[in-house]
Amino acid sequence: MQKMLSHGAVAENNWTVLQTPGETLPQGNILVPLKYWLEHGAELDQQAGLVGVWLESDEEVETLVDDLAQLPVVALNFPKFVDGRGFSSARLLRDRYDYQGEIRAIGNVIQDQLFMLQRCGFSQFCLADDVDLEAAVKSLTDFSDGYQTGADQAQPLFKRLR
Amino acid sequence: MYIYDQYDQKLVDERVEQYRDQTKRYLDGKISEEEFLPLRLQNGLYVQRLAPMLRVAVPYGLMSSTQVRKMAEISRKFDKGYVHFTTRQNIQLNWPRLAEVPDILAELASVQMHAIQTSGNCIRNTTTDQFAGVAADEIEDPRPWCEIIRQWSTIHPEFAFLPRKFKIAVCGSEEDRAAFLLHDIGIQLVKNEAGETGFHVHVGGGLGRTPVIASSIKPFLPKQHLLTYLDAVLRVYNRYGNRNNKYKARIKILVKAWTPAVFAERVEVEWAQILARDVDGAAQLTASEIERVKTFFPLPDYQTVDETAMNAALQAQANDSLAFSRWLERNVRDQKQAGYSSVTLSLKPAGVAPGDVTDRQLESIANLADQFSNGELRTTHNQNIVIADVIKSQLFEFWQLAKADGLATPTIGTINDMICCPGGDYCSLANAKSIPVAEAIQRRFEDLDYVYDLGDLELNISGCMNACGHHHIGHIGILGVDKKGQEWYQIQLGGSANKNAALAKVLGPSLSRDDVVDGIEKLLDVYVENRLEGEAFLATYQRIGTDKFKERVYAKDA
Repeated sequence: MQKMLSHGAVAENNWTVLQTPGETLPQGNILVPLKYWLEHGAELDQQAGLVGVWLESDEEVETLVDDLAQLPVVALNFPKFVDGRGFSSARLLRDRYDYQGEIRAIGNVIQDQLFMLQRCGFSQFCLADDVDLEAAVKSLTDFSDGYQTGADQAQPLFKRLR
Repeated sequence: MYIYDQYDQKLVDERVEQYRDQTKRYLDGKISEEEFLPLRLQNGLYVQRLAPMLRVAVPYGLMSSTQVRKMAEISRKFDKGYVHFTTRQNIQLNWPRLAEVPDILAELASVQMHAIQTSGNCIRNTTTDQFAGVAADEIEDPRPWCEIIRQWSTIHPEFAFLPRKFKIAVCGSEEDRAAFLLHDIGIQLVKNEAGETGFHVHVGGGLGRTPVIASSIKPFLPKQHLLTYLDAVLRVYNRYGNRNNKYKARIKILVKAWTPAVFAERVEVEWAQILARDVDGAAQLTASEIERVKTFFPLPDYQTVDETAMNAALQAQANDSLAFSRWLERNVRDQKQAGYSSVTLSLKPAGVAPGDVTDRQLESIANLADQFSNGELRTTHNQNIVIADVIKSQLFEFWQLAKADGLATPTIGTINDMICCPGGDYCSLANAKSIPVAEAIQRRFEDLDYVYDLGDLELNISGCMNACGHHHIGHIGILGVDKKGQEWYQIQLGGSANKNAALAKVLGPSLSRDDVVDGIEKLLDVYVENRLEGEAFLATYQRIGTDKFKERVYAKDA
């Protein structure tokens, strides 16, 4: 079973990310592409497992606003780790659309981004197979605080502490 | 200047430890080259042609004498005993060892300095006017606002992986000495009819391959909204900036593609939504925070002086010493406070790369700041150092000490005070060398009477189109280009970084290294022959146009 980081700890990842869903969908929990969800979302009621949606970095979270309440997971893909659009997508999901489910980083994210990703609202991280997750957990707390507002802080540091 | 509290210090300390761990993992082979690249860049470390280069942040150009002494110590301990002042008011070490950079960063943190976000595709050091706080035409001191922006931009969780680098400048005065219209965001302090401070926001300026002057998108932003509005601009850019082609990735390209009006509208919509969700204005700046930051930038206790007597005494000293009078004329500037001057220490003596200083000179600069000012100094985008608040009665003594340390070259604002990037001698991006061209020009124009007669003249040299030497905004710009492995130099005329910012136009075909100084001399001859009484080079160029300059430079030898 694959592992991931979830809420600051190593956890089982029992989800399958479907790149191009075919006629028959696999058993268990699945993440379907946004396009597929918009076309076939209603038909997915039959699935035994849970269904979430994954977005490419250039896809807008605004498209998904009406469906958020029924989605346990929204995954944001990082085609390259330096493609920072997912950071803004996550903040919009949390700050603007009050999304309460899991926001999962998939694709090419690296340990050294975890602190910032978490501040933007990500709760789960799928890192590369060769990453030592126990060691990577520490990067979630590389900093004890931040100056800015974030999905985790409505108030900037100066308002809370100064 | 701003003094860190426990939160500022902790953040910088934690950043050092984070980078120490990253460096260790890199050296242990646990981080790939590709992954390490943005991590080291965002901590200031480039890998240059000959060695790594570490760019240290000097927030809005302000440093204490303690920090300057620390730089001297670092340059001795970890480098070759000299440092380079850049056109972004920062400091570069040219020869640090990659494995020792965490130790250098720890040394910096001990004097409240860092190298955070001095490179990479993130929000860079915010810059401003070197005469902030003492300029006569100032609306308000821009430095507290720069510090507020510095804190907001430091390790911003959402904007560390932008499409491209992002530079912000703040201008607090009528005359622009910060080139703010040539930044990704240019913020101008303004007052509304009620006398309240606000910001006139411009976006999409910049030099580089596609030089553009910024467009106005918000004529008056109330001060409490500064950070929420910046969040909105950055979010729109982060989401919609071009990520496929790095040469089209700066915000200026997006603003141009959408038009400034559409860009402004998109930002308004984003900003309105941020405010709508910002319960009780939680994210807004508070009056108490603005006041807290402002208290770090007090004016010194100026003495009441008899300025007439002081000026008379100064005049007498100047009459006795031609060298002193020349220095007074070019390197010393009156302040709004009677009896006080701002002195520019020149980092452009002939034979030294513009902006380079030795460890000993750094210590002399620190001593001058302690002895004659409040222990603070300012770096300038022209690659010099300013020490403000020097009482006029001490200028002569100041000059003697500065002169002894090679810091009193009396050429500020002249052709010999050129802006110059490190060029092909150091930089792996460069197409041509720039430092030898600067030196050749300084050697050619050694006659100070001639240099003074030429008057105010900005000559800027870049070794490639990335334009670190700001060649587009020089009255005379020189751009190094590569032609079949040979170094050639394109001449541009008519650029200006002041309030009526203008981009220089290419004169004609590039000149070889051997011909470039002759070419400059011919340009100056045309100016001298055609100028009206008291007319500066730029004004003559604007009046008579390009043709005469072109004809002379490209005339076939008879």
